[in-house]
Amino acid sequence: MASYYASSSSSGEVTADHRDFPHVLAVDDNHVDRKIIETMLRNSSCRVTTVENGTRALEYLGLRDGQPNSATLVSSAGCQFPVMVILPSSYEIPMPIQQASKVNLVITDYCMPGMTGYELLKKIKGSSFLKEVPVVIVSSENVPTRINKCLEEGAKMFMLKPLKQSDVKKLRCHLLNCRS
Amino acid sequence: MDVVQLQSRLSEYLKSLFNDGTLDGQFLQLQQLQDESNPDFVVEVVTLFFSDSEKLLDDLSSSLEQPNVDFRKVDAYVHQLKGSSSSIGAQRVKNACIAFRGLCEEQSIPACLRCLQLVKQEYLYAKNKLETLFKLEKQVVAAGGSIPSLDAGS
Repeated sequence: MASYYASSSSSGEVTADHRDFPHVLAVDDNHVDRKIIETMLRNSSCRVTTVENGTRALEYLGLRDGQPNSATLVSSAGCQFPVMVILPSSYEIPMPIQQASKVNLVITDYCMPGMTGYELLKKIKGSSFLKEVPVVIVSSENVPTRINKCLEEGAKMFMLKPLKQSDVKKLRCHLLNCRS
Repeated sequence: MDVVQLQSRLSEYLKSLFNDGTLDGQFLQLQQLQDESNPDFVVEVVTLFFSDSEKLLDDLSSSLEQPNVDFRKVDAYVHQLKGSSSSIGAQRVKNACIAFRGLCEEQSIPACLRCLQLVKQEYLYAKNKLETLFKLEKQVVAAGGSIPSLDAGS
C-alpha cells in the first residue's frame, strides 16, 4: 500500500484565463536558446517555464516513467485542506483534464542529450492525460525525414532555428487561440 | 564628441560588423527583443554566449587531448557552440563550427585541432568586436542618447 500526504495550495493554479496568457513549456539544453525563446514567448503574451531536458519536462508535466506521479494526482484534486490519500500501489486514477491544461503548449528542441525532442513528443502523445497538449519541435537542421517523423508522431509544427520573433508570433496565433 | 557623433560612430561600427560577416541578421532579431521592459537583453544574452562558449572551447580542447578521443562528444560540443553562435548572429563563429563538424566525421585529430584553433580565433574576434560595440553603446547612453536601431535592410 502506498500512502501520500499533500497539502494543497488552493489557488496555486493560475486564475487568469489561459487563452489570454497561455502557459508554454520550453525545453532546450542550450542556455542561450532558452533565454531567447523565453523572451520571444513573453513578447507574445505567453507565460513561460523553461527546462533543460526531457526528463525535467516530463516531471514538470506530471509524468514519471510514463505514469502520472502521485503528487500530481493529489494536488489536482483542488481541495482546500490537506489531503491524505491511501492507494494500493497498482491503482490508477484517471487524470482530470484540469491538470493537463497547466501547460498549453510544449516547444522542444529536437537534438538534446539523453531524451531527444522526438522521444519527449512520443511520451507526451503516449500519455492519456497529456496527449492533447500541442507539441512543437524546433531544430537547427533541416532534415525532411526528421520533420516527417515528428509530424507523423503528432507534432503540431516543426520550426527551424534560429527562431525569429515572427515565427513565435505565428505559432502563438495558430496554436494558442488568437481569437479574442 | 556629442551625442549625434557618438550615435553615428556606433551605427558605423555596427554596420562594419555586418560587412565583414562577424554578425548576421539574427543579431538584429536580438536587438528587436530589447525594449524598456528588457533594456539589457542583448548584453545579457551575449554575455551568456561568452561564458557558455568559453566553457565549450575548454571542453573541446580537453576532449581532443584524451588518449582515446570520443568524436561523438567532440561533435556534441561543436553542435552546442554552433547552435548558440547561430542564435545570437555570430556568423563567422557559426561557419567555423560547421566546418569543424565536417572534420569530426573524418575523425582526424590533427585536422580537428587546427579547426579548433580557427574556431577559437573567430570566437575571440567576435568577442572583441561585440565588447567594443557594447562600450560604444554605453557611451551613447551616458551622453544622454538612445541606441539607434539598424534596419534589417541597411
